[in-house]
Amino acid sequence: MAELGPVLEVFLGGLMSGVLYALVALGFVLIFKASGVFNFAQGAMVLFAALSLVRLSEWLPFGVAVLLTIAIMIALAWAVERLVLRPLVGQHGLILFMATIGVTFFLDGFGQTIWGSNVYQLDLGIPASPWFLFENLFPGGILVSPIDVFAAVIAGTLVVALSIFFHSTKIGRALRAVADDHQAAQSVGIPLNQIWLIVWSTAGIVALVAGMAWGTKLGVQFSLSLIALKALPVLILGGLTSIPGAIIGGLIIGAGEKLAEFYIGPLIGGGIEYWFAYVLALAVLLVRPQGLFGEKIIERV
Amino acid sequence: MKPHPSLGALLGTALIATLAGSASAAETIYYPSLVYRSGAYAPNGIPFANGVADYVAMINARDGGVGGVKIEFEECETGYATDRGVECYERLKSKGAKGAIAFSPLSTGITFALTEKVPNDKIPLQTMGYGRSESADGRVFPWNFPLLGTYWSAADILIQHVNKISGGLKGKKITLVYHDSPYGKEPIPVLQDHAQKYGYTFEAIPVTHPGVEQKAAWLKIRQTRPDFVFLWGWGVMNSTAIKEAVAVGYPRERMYGVWWAAAEPDVRPAGDDAKGYQGLALHPAGADYPVHKDILKYVYDAGKGAGKREEVGEVLYNRGVIDAMLKLEAVRNAQKIFNVKVPTGEQVREGYERLELTAERIRELGFEGLITPLKVSCLDHEGARKARIHQWDGQKWVFVSDWIEADTSYLRPKVEAAALAYAKEKGITPRSCN
Repeated sequence: MAELGPVLEVFLGGLMSGVLYALVALGFVLIFKASGVFNFAQGAMVLFAALSLVRLSEWLPFGVAVLLTIAIMIALAWAVERLVLRPLVGQHGLILFMATIGVTFFLDGFGQTIWGSNVYQLDLGIPASPWFLFENLFPGGILVSPIDVFAAVIAGTLVVALSIFFHSTKIGRALRAVADDHQAAQSVGIPLNQIWLIVWSTAGIVALVAGMAWGTKLGVQFSLSLIALKALPVLILGGLTSIPGAIIGGLIIGAGEKLAEFYIGPLIGGGIEYWFAYVLALAVLLVRPQGLFGEKIIERV
Repeated sequence: MKPHPSLGALLGTALIATLAGSASAAETIYYPSLVYRSGAYAPNGIPFANGVADYVAMINARDGGVGGVKIEFEECETGYATDRGVECYERLKSKGAKGAIAFSPLSTGITFALTEKVPNDKIPLQTMGYGRSESADGRVFPWNFPLLGTYWSAADILIQHVNKISGGLKGKKITLVYHDSPYGKEPIPVLQDHAQKYGYTFEAIPVTHPGVEQKAAWLKIRQTRPDFVFLWGWGVMNSTAIKEAVAVGYPRERMYGVWWAAAEPDVRPAGDDAKGYQGLALHPAGADYPVHKDILKYVYDAGKGAGKREEVGEVLYNRGVIDAMLKLEAVRNAQKIFNVKVPTGEQVREGYERLELTAERIRELGFEGLITPLKVSCLDHEGARKARIHQWDGQKWVFVSDWIEADTSYLRPKVEAAALAYAKEKGITPRSCN
């Protein structure tokens, strides 16, 4: 039983990290699901939102800073829709994807220019010291980080809220229609521009939540934008269009990479978790090209 | 056909600017500075770059440059990426009347790449406190100057310290958490050697760039419970390590960072949890030294500071100031040796090789208390190999040891063996220093 303790601890720690990856992956899924655009700028949005919040909260009460950051993210969504997406309506998905790469570089640079490049501490009052569970069963107990638990609760709440939004509201149905076919959706009177504004704003708010969770854990600085790279294997695994897929994919990637680093890493020199996530995702692609929860697209030719 | 008047004016202006540029270039010392003010490593790159820029600005304002020759200063952003660093080097190496005086890449990866290039371009590579450890051997690496200490010296000093405070390392465990890059791997051979000599168990855990994913590493540390953890990180990796140590309940008092993992940007993001964390110090923090008074007077009072006034004197800021001072001392030496106003890179190399900072010269320069005396020679390009241990008390760094000197009797044969192996691999014939 004692030997099971470390395995459980690493597994649980991996699941918690996975939830954090899933938070970033959610932003990707939202935009792809509703607009068919693979938004490479999601990581940069996480950084931009977190930087805005942490710097504004230096001068303003925290609640006001959160509201102002949400306003900034909505303004950003408006600017992206107006200046980047609208001129590209009807273009191939690859063109839109490349446009979001441009947005990434702009946001990374612009964010650091106006908010600075230091590491900023984001303190949400969550205790940093660990909790130890099942101390009577395992020597030393099973370690759980309160910050990770906080992130898991936030991610769970977001998933429920977004699922309800997509399936039970008029806007949600419109978003899904736009995702299926821009032009057909427009022809039945769905205002494409408004829909894009809504979905990018929602993704901006999700980015803020992800930025708060990651920022509390790591401090707010440039590396947050690189977290997006950890969301990519999650998307490959979970499917680009499934919100529960992002969560399950995140959990599998998180637990898989941490267990691999812990148990396989020492045998081959360590430092494997970064690429192991992709190996895991690619292995799934061999069996299910659409990911675990992605939609199987059949096109008649 | 008469030329368009505005076009003529433009051409005239361009011609004057070119002539003026070439005239001024002939009378200036060209000082390129490779920096990273953006990206994942910017929190640590910025204070260093500010220290360099402010010191050069102060020398220009106070003394009119070095030996009466103004310094032309230019920064190039590398983002800590080797490819961008090499690109910056290629772009800047030939600028100025006599080319660049020297380069300081502030990156071991860029240093590795440039080590192959500088012998052909005849430009010195100053790598103060970083770079290839074996480049301390000037016979094989005539163009490299890892002044004040290499990573092998750093590892040796750390081991000496923990051996002393723990009453011997026999049976103890030491874990190295390192940035998975040439920089992070540098201390491993010394720590492995010492494991046999001192009788401790050694484990090295790599962390991939940029160092924000360390959970598995720290869960392993929680399982193995080493007596000491050495941290060889850079940028956000350091503060993340401290946060992860808190998350697994590892005492910060038993963590020791190398001198690139023991500055304010490494501890401040962790808040009060960083209290007790220790690290190597090549020099103290603080802005009470005469050189700072001049920087504040000639640069900040004139509104020309590169950073914020209150950040003058931070650990990495002071390192930038020292880095710039050593480079300009080499230039000053070259001016004297060759009786020239603007030395070439080749002449500056000679200036480095005959660099001797006595206590008196250090005082004259306004650095008394900031660095210890050093003497570079053809054989020894390190010049000095001493550091102290300092500890973060939540607000500032406090020294907890006196200066500790690396063990030359152990390190020098190792440096020479590694340098000779490098020479053999690259087909270099080591020069004689007799």
